[in-house]
Amino acid sequence: MSDNLPPSTEAPMPSKPPFWRDEEKRAIVFQVVALLVVGLVSYYLYSNTQANLERQSIATGFGFLDKEASFEIGESIIEYSAADTYLRALAVGALNTLKVSLIGVVLTIILGTLIGIARLSSNWLISRLSALYIEVMQNIPVLLQLFFWYAIFYEAFPPPRQALNPIDGVFLCNRGMIFGVPEAHAAHPVMGWVFLVVLIAGYFLNRWGHKRQDLTGQSFPALRITAAAAILLPGLVWLLYGAPTAMDIPALRGFNFQGGVTVSPEFSALLLGLVIYTSAFVAEIVRAGIQSVGKGQIEAAMAIGLRPGKVLQLVVLPQALRVIIPPLTSQMLNLTKNSSLAIAIGYADFVAVTNTMINQTGQAIEGVALIMLVFLFFSLSTSLFMNWYNKKMKLVER
Amino acid sequence: MKFVKLMAVAVCATMLMVGFAHAGKDLDAVKKKGYIQAGVNGGVFGFGMPDEKGVWKGLDVDTARAVAAAIFGDADKVKYTPLTAQQRFTALQSGEIDLLTRNATRTLSRETQLGLNFVQVNYYDGQGFMVPKNLGVKSAKELDGATVCVLPGTTTEQNAADFFRTNNMKMNPVVIESTSELAKTFFAGRCDVITSDASQLAGTRAIAPKPSDYEILPELISKEPLAPAVRHGDDQFFDIVNFTVLALINAEELGITSKNVDEMLKSKNPVIQRFLGVTEGNGKALGLDEKWAYNVIKQVGNYGEVFERNVGVNTKLGLERGLNALWTDGGLMYAPPFK
Amino acid sequence: MNQPENPTREYLAAPVKKVGAAAWLKDNLFNSWYNSLLTVLTLLALGYIVPPFFKWAFIDSLWNSSADACRDIEGACWSIVPQNIKFIILGFFPEGQEWRPILAMILLLALVIYSKEKSRWNKLLAWMWPVGLIIMGTLMYGGIFGMPVVETDQWSGLPLTMMLSFFGMVMAYPLGVLLALGRQSKMPAIKTLCVVYIEMIRGVPLISLLFMSSIMFPLFLPDGMTIDKVLRAQVAIILFTAAYIAEVVRGGLQAMPRGQYEAADSLGLTYSQTMRLIILPQALKIVIPPTVGILLSAFKDTSLVVIIALYDVLKTTKVTLQNPQWTGYSTEAYVFLAVLYFICCYAMSSYSRRLEKELHTGH
Repeated sequence: MSDNLPPSTEAPMPSKPPFWRDEEKRAIVFQVVALLVVGLVSYYLYSNTQANLERQSIATGFGFLDKEASFEIGESIIEYSAADTYLRALAVGALNTLKVSLIGVVLTIILGTLIGIARLSSNWLISRLSALYIEVMQNIPVLLQLFFWYAIFYEAFPPPRQALNPIDGVFLCNRGMIFGVPEAHAAHPVMGWVFLVVLIAGYFLNRWGHKRQDLTGQSFPALRITAAAAILLPGLVWLLYGAPTAMDIPALRGFNFQGGVTVSPEFSALLLGLVIYTSAFVAEIVRAGIQSVGKGQIEAAMAIGLRPGKVLQLVVLPQALRVIIPPLTSQMLNLTKNSSLAIAIGYADFVAVTNTMINQTGQAIEGVALIMLVFLFFSLSTSLFMNWYNKKMKLVER
Repeated sequence: MKFVKLMAVAVCATMLMVGFAHAGKDLDAVKKKGYIQAGVNGGVFGFGMPDEKGVWKGLDVDTARAVAAAIFGDADKVKYTPLTAQQRFTALQSGEIDLLTRNATRTLSRETQLGLNFVQVNYYDGQGFMVPKNLGVKSAKELDGATVCVLPGTTTEQNAADFFRTNNMKMNPVVIESTSELAKTFFAGRCDVITSDASQLAGTRAIAPKPSDYEILPELISKEPLAPAVRHGDDQFFDIVNFTVLALINAEELGITSKNVDEMLKSKNPVIQRFLGVTEGNGKALGLDEKWAYNVIKQVGNYGEVFERNVGVNTKLGLERGLNALWTDGGLMYAPPFK
Repeated sequence: MNQPENPTREYLAAPVKKVGAAAWLKDNLFNSWYNSLLTVLTLLALGYIVPPFFKWAFIDSLWNSSADACRDIEGACWSIVPQNIKFIILGFFPEGQEWRPILAMILLLALVIYSKEKSRWNKLLAWMWPVGLIIMGTLMYGGIFGMPVVETDQWSGLPLTMMLSFFGMVMAYPLGVLLALGRQSKMPAIKTLCVVYIEMIRGVPLISLLFMSSIMFPLFLPDGMTIDKVLRAQVAIILFTAAYIAEVVRGGLQAMPRGQYEAADSLGLTYSQTMRLIILPQALKIVIPPTVGILLSAFKDTSLVVIIALYDVLKTTKVTLQNPQWTGYSTEAYVFLAVLYFICCYAMSSYSRRLEKELHTGH
């Protein structure tokens, strides 16, 4: 490259440089070229695709979305039947992905934290076992683990006719865990709303409490009050409605249990596999986070007379979280993305549903684009939320 | 600048792997390459699957081998590309493969919209149900509320859903991508019933811990004529593939097997003489060596041999000929005259 | 001082043992009531799980028998592995040529082991990698020195897994560095392109990229042009890995103090000189441990190519399981694979940790 020449000493008053030396202009040229290349390549691929689709008369566009799906889906949060549209089928898939990811994230954080703390335990056995857990689970591909857990679920449990019945109304068999739920009653939605209102009120109460503490030094037990209200107030509503106790108890009718709520083995295996795999990584993150808080911090906190619980709550956690949250976010995203492996063990997640749709319509481009869009949406919204939370948790530096 | 060189090397290596097929000249391209690129299933025992030495075996594989024997006089001039259900048609359309023998069902929309030409059917199949005997189910109409194990395919899920809907029944599907995983789940009792093409059900039953505990219900809910396919655009190649499959059937009709084909060359029967190229004409018409049918039968065997070797009663699949018997035995296999 | 001997001397109890098994047990397992409880519960759980597993895996098991012999036993049928080992590990590689992939894998292993020592990281090593990979590729592909050509569609099993991950890594690395530099760039268009690319790729599962390469990509090309299936998957893995490398490298770039840039500027170095000579050598060194981590996940992620019907080591195992006589022994086969993956990944992850420690002391 010619720009490696040493700066000239003979030109103390630099005149306007030629445009290929002018950094700003060069930058503009460079960017225009880059954009052009990207644009041309995209156009080339696009025109090829158009030609190919036309030649092979493959349908394009998303018109198929409101055609009848005509396939059944194993489990769904919303009402669905084969007579519904593809759009609804996809919605079922997306909700299933969301369900397994959300529950997975919560469980992973809990399990990962426990194991991370266990890794630091003074109990040799516990600490070694959790180290073993972390090493083994991290180093085996999650797909293999999913196969393994799924096999355990359908092989270890009895068929529905010999279902285990550990507690009244709960059945365990190779069709999953089936348990009774209260029968639908007018009181339930009202209880839900009351619960929500209490939570929102609790949030503001907490803020007010903090403000008061800042002003007066008096602490206010906002959390405890909210928790009590969140349990008592909906309970009160329930009593006012005459305390309905009718239960929707599952019963074996025909081939399967009817009624109640079923947690399928596919869902359980996917959830377990994802949680166990990801929590191994989370445990390492938590351990590193806790270890990053200096011993002096803890000793200082104890020296000013804080109780151990308060030390954890006010000194260790806020600092550890700062280290923990960024890598934790990417693990949570990994979990969501890995849930796409559901297809291998028969859980009807978004990718599995889309796969069937591609099979039936032959519209691969739209199908893959939809998969990417939906996951991008999940990922970006999680990132946004975690970034916001991270900013909130950040220590205000001087 | 090591990076630039590395990239250059990589680009060169890439060029090695990029191929250009010549549209409309499939046969020429195949002859020039010296082998046939066949798209196969890769995971269905008896139809297309590698054995423990990595050698491809199966009814579909033998069909591809027969085509190679017809064109090159050597059944081994085949390379196999395992394909998933979604990849198979794109692979044929784009020229990645020359011949698709991957138990694909012949349908109107595939012939017309996907630009494929299906040749003579090499296996007549239909979707059915299999249940454990102790369930006491005798007909698919009694399956209301059952949990159904389904292999995702182009039509299996839809057929099953349609069947349950038309009979006003509810189903609870468990859809798993891989056949062996699905079979395992079914045997463990995760599902009450498994649905798939009848040939695959027989194969699934064969690998059960106790095959006699399961029975295939009498209803077939769909017609699945499985046939090899080629691209639109090269009629000569289409004719060759079509008549190769028909030659397998014709040989069985004429009683020619891989064992007696050499003696049959001396046969006085003019039909056999024409078929094996002793009397010339057929080869020239197809643009092949006159010995093409002889090569096919000598190296691959007739349809009956291929069937018995891969899926017949003495294999692990243990399939009866059924619809796939010769027309003279009550089946559908019928070859036009080779003249 | 000479103290008189005390006749009524008190004999102290022997000091509490600080060494020995008993003391170790007390210190490490029973040092408080809840730790004791935990220990007892854990031991009970282990006692419940381990012996039956041991019996299944080692006592009632068969190690090298026919499939039929396995039908009569209670325990594990490990025979599935030795009986099918050639196909599981090497897949379709033609008979008589097996030495080639094996040699290629040994070469790779040797290269990896040689690269382990920090003292050997120099220009020579940087050249050895591409050269080594080319030699490996030649070994596999053949065509010279009388080695028959083996097309990529016959590359399968463990060599394919290795190739997809290592070659993917080597190719993704420069791309990732470029993307990271682009993301730090002051030019808005370049920056936007890089950010969009990185965030998009990191936001979607690898499976969707593999789907794209296998079912969509053929439609992107002009009529009649095809690209090898393995190569398409390889490109998908490269593009995927590059986005992750870019983020790791960005971390390294951000860790460079401003002074380094300013010093380079004051020397009158151009952008490319600054990067090549000052920033990247330091930044890339910091990020070596996380890079090994990415290699690790790339290695594990290649197992996803089974979903698009490439014969990596997981797929060859699954095909073996498809054979009716071996179908019942998936647990054994998966345990074997798990051990295989574990050995490879554990070696990588413990190396990455060691490296982290070594590099850390430098500061």
